Amino acid sequence: MELILALGIGVLTGSGVWLLLRPRTFQVIIGLSLLSYAVNLFIFSTGGLRTGAAPVLEKGMAGDLALHADPVPQALVLTAIVIGFATTALFLVLLLAARGLTGTDHVDGKEQER
Amino acid sequence: MPDALLLIAAVSLPFIGAIIAGLLPTHARNAAAWLAGATTLVGLALVWAAYPTVAAGGVVRHASEWMPTLGLDFSLRMDGFAWLFAGMVSGVGGLVVVYARYYMAAEDPVPRFFAFLLAFMGSMTGMVLSGNLIQLVFFWEMTSLFSFLLIGYWHHTAAARDGARMALTVTATGGLCLFAGVLILGHIVGSYDLDRVLASGDLIRSHPLYLPALVLILLGALTKSAQFPFHFWLPHAMAAPTPVSAYLHSATLVKAGVFLMARLWPVMSGTEEWFWIVGSAGLATLLLGAYIAIFQHDLKGLLAYSTISHLGLITLLLGLNSELAMVAAIFHIINHAAFKASLFMAVGIIDHETGTRDIRRLSGLNRSMPFTARLALVAAAAMAGVPLLNGFLSKEMFFAEALSAQASSALFISVLPFAAMLASAFSVAYSLRFIHGAFFGPDPVGLPHTPHEPPAWMRFPVEILVLACIIIGVLPAAAVGPYLDMAAHSALGATTPEYSLAVWHGFNRPLMMSLTAMAVGFVLYLALQRHLLRGIDGPPVIRGLEGRRMFERTMVFLSWRLARTLEGLFGTRRLQPQLRLVVCVAIVAAALTVYIRVPGPGNLTPSDIDPVLALVWAIGAACALGTAWQAKFHRLAALILLGGTGLVVCVTFVWFSAPDLALTQLLVEVVTTVLLLLGLRWLPKRFDVPGSRASEAITMTRRLRDLAIAVTAGAGMAALAFSVMTRFPPELLAQHFLERAYSEGGGTNVVNVILVDFRGFDTLGEITVLGAVALTVYALLRRFRPAPDSVDIPEQQRDQSAYDIARPDRREGDTVADWLLIPAVLTRLLFPVICVVALFLLLRGHDLPGGGFSAGLTASIAIIIQYMVGGTQWAEARLRISPLRWIGVGLLLATGTGLAAWLFGRPFLTSYFAYADLPIIGEIPTASALIFDIGVFALVVGATVLMLIAIAHQSVRGHRATPRIVGTYPAPAKVPAPVPQQVPAGED
Repeated sequence: MELILALGIGVLTGSGVWLLLRPRTFQVIIGLSLLSYAVNLFIFSTGGLRTGAAPVLEKGMAGDLALHADPVPQALVLTAIVIGFATTALFLVLLLAARGLTGTDHVDGKEQER
Repeated sequence: MPDALLLIAAVSLPFIGAIIAGLLPTHARNAAAWLAGATTLVGLALVWAAYPTVAAGGVVRHASEWMPTLGLDFSLRMDGFAWLFAGMVSGVGGLVVVYARYYMAAEDPVPRFFAFLLAFMGSMTGMVLSGNLIQLVFFWEMTSLFSFLLIGYWHHTAAARDGARMALTVTATGGLCLFAGVLILGHIVGSYDLDRVLASGDLIRSHPLYLPALVLILLGALTKSAQFPFHFWLPHAMAAPTPVSAYLHSATLVKAGVFLMARLWPVMSGTEEWFWIVGSAGLATLLLGAYIAIFQHDLKGLLAYSTISHLGLITLLLGLNSELAMVAAIFHIINHAAFKASLFMAVGIIDHETGTRDIRRLSGLNRSMPFTARLALVAAAAMAGVPLLNGFLSKEMFFAEALSAQASSALFISVLPFAAMLASAFSVAYSLRFIHGAFFGPDPVGLPHTPHEPPAWMRFPVEILVLACIIIGVLPAAAVGPYLDMAAHSALGATTPEYSLAVWHGFNRPLMMSLTAMAVGFVLYLALQRHLLRGIDGPPVIRGLEGRRMFERTMVFLSWRLARTLEGLFGTRRLQPQLRLVVCVAIVAAALTVYIRVPGPGNLTPSDIDPVLALVWAIGAACALGTAWQAKFHRLAALILLGGTGLVVCVTFVWFSAPDLALTQLLVEVVTTVLLLLGLRWLPKRFDVPGSRASEAITMTRRLRDLAIAVTAGAGMAALAFSVMTRFPPELLAQHFLERAYSEGGGTNVVNVILVDFRGFDTLGEITVLGAVALTVYALLRRFRPAPDSVDIPEQQRDQSAYDIARPDRREGDTVADWLLIPAVLTRLLFPVICVVALFLLLRGHDLPGGGFSAGLTASIAIIIQYMVGGTQWAEARLRISPLRWIGVGLLLATGTGLAAWLFGRPFLTSYFAYADLPIIGEIPTASALIFDIGVFALVVGATVLMLIAIAHQSVRGHRATPRIVGTYPAPAKVPAPVPQQVPAGED
């Protein structure tokens, strides 16, 4: 299981980095989204992979790590997902504005001289 | 008056005065002067009020907590030494205020001047009264800042700007060094408290960090006191109005450096290092300053170099490691303040009444302003050290010290008396030049103004100061004896030596030296007559040695050449190389860390591979690769594949016991997709024309390189993730939260309890960021101008409209309205259902998966799909949403919940929970965290909807022929015609 997830994270990272290095703004924004999936999964995985152990307690009982998954990385990732959406939106608007101002969707604001 | 109030008032009063003065109208010269004068007088009275305590050997103190966790107090402390300085600061300050009232022209913005002056006075007072070192450095830096403002007061002249900047650069850099030095000192002693530091002399001197601390602190003190080689800023600070020079360079700013050295003298002096650094800096400055002063043609320049020289004298005395020299230094600090302030003011009068300060143009002013001339004559004589004036006494003490100095270097000892005499002769020469050049000789010709006596009140401060020079000179023991004694005792403690303040000590060697120096100075002045009359700029022999030029070269080198070179070497304006560098550095850093710290995978046995999840991830990987493949030419396809990847991530969260994450991920996936879809419409069409793809070698190389980087990053990340997952995760924190979630947070959903309770402060920060981003998006889009090729109505809509127009039974827009009719009806029916789901998620969030984030996203989806199927105008005609209000209410609720805890005397964001037993409904949880979560919910709704609608609105605007700035949004669009925009299809 760990191997599958590790490979998955690797593929997401690789695709994300590849797109990050491309010259078009849309590619970069998609790349960042892929990269944030990878990073979120990675942070999530630091708590260990557990099945059927959601950190939801019985009423009135104190939780125990033997029965429940680590809630800390989950809390971290939850806000990261939402903030990730916000930054994607910000970046999208920036790229739209840059495209409007420069007339190109190249990341440098001008087509590369060849 | 209680001590605390007295000290606080003494420090804060000038600042209050400064603020009031700053608020006065621009030309309220008299009001500002009265205000400043009153403030200063009250300050002086406060200092006097402390005299009885201080004179009895007591220390007036006040301390209040500042940063108790760091053991740092805001502490004020006035002993005899600080009292002397505080008295000088407010006393000379008062005289300067009177003088400045008459000196400053009516057209200058005088209130601003007094505001700066008072603020500077407050900083100086704060510095000398500081009871801990950090606070001292703080006020020290404030004196640098306000002196910058004062020197640059006439900022329309380049000289003032340059002078101010130079002074700030030098003294503030020194201040930073001082800060570092003080930190080391605090580390050595274990406290920044001045009392404790002053009691730890032996510890400090024997500590291995003594030398670094000493060098850094001295860098601060020597730059501030304009000691060689940092003296060059002071002459350029003469571009300031003369009252500023009279204040800053006699009693205050430059004395801050010697104040600090004297303050720390008991604990830092007495070593070889101290002797060599302080002593040689002082000696060099003493000689150099006096020598250069002779050859200045500007009267203020002459005084500036003389100031440097006298500060050198004080520094040298401090460097001699002898208690008697220390007493002499304190005495000379007082004397120098008196005669130098009066001389600066006299120069100001000359400048004011004649229009020039150039000795080459001035002469014979003795006849037109006889009274001023006599005052200046006495003050200059005091500066030269003529008997029966105050300068003579401290100079005698200096000579006596020069003769009896003890040091390991025989050369230094044998040179010292001669150097002292030579410097004294120089000072006689420049004092003669000052008096003779300005006041004697033939009547001046061609002056800008006809010289005459100044207003009586402008001369008044000079009279007071000159009177002080004479009284101290004639009756030293009665005039300053008690104060000097008090200052010396408080600075030196039990080791204060016996000294005599008498005018006449008999024919001893110091007196011989004095007389010799006077004779030599007189002869020197006569001998230099021919040279001086030629009017050449700069001193002979060392003309090339100009500190300013070196300073400017250094600045140009640092701020221009070095910066440009580095930018050329490492900088690029292109994004791709930068990102490539970032990725490569990240890879290398991660690899190095792993190599050093964690070799190989962990020892946990991986769990068995489930074929279902393997299949899911096969799809996920394919989607990710497909996204990377298609993002350039087929954006819509890439977007769909991205969504696929997101779903796989979501499934993974479900699989591995993270229902909250899965829920949030799913919802974010929806809004992200909608967001990017909205953006697609504004991107240029890009067709993959067969054969047009660049296949040149250089492009291929570039791609292969990037591919290599991407594969390395991916492989590295996979390896890292695997090795992390096969280790035992750290448990401490998890166990802590799991155990306390219910008992202390009152909820069973631990993730939610962490978010809204344990780490509520983080969440508050995060939602603030979210709100700020949403506002930024909104603000950016208000001025959005689409690229010209994206302005047209999309092809599909054009076709649909053409179809409508071609048929008589249809109106334009009908087809578009019919386009998604059935989904639209369904969506409208679903709207209340989704809202209920959102509410459900919100309310159960504390105990079961859900919460403010997911509820907020759900609600915003409910709204945004109305926009999608109905069009912006349809939706806004029926649904009045003010996302900005939602954001505001959300933030207020969340912050208010936090603040409410204060009402109950608890720390910010402490949560409260209980179960309320309501009739019929039964027991329901009422945690204050729920209100916080409602705040999160409102903010997420507002932010998400604001961003999405702002982008969606561009389609409505985009149809207008001329893209113009739209005034108020989200008011309904005023243009009647535009066709509601469907979700833009990714046609390119």
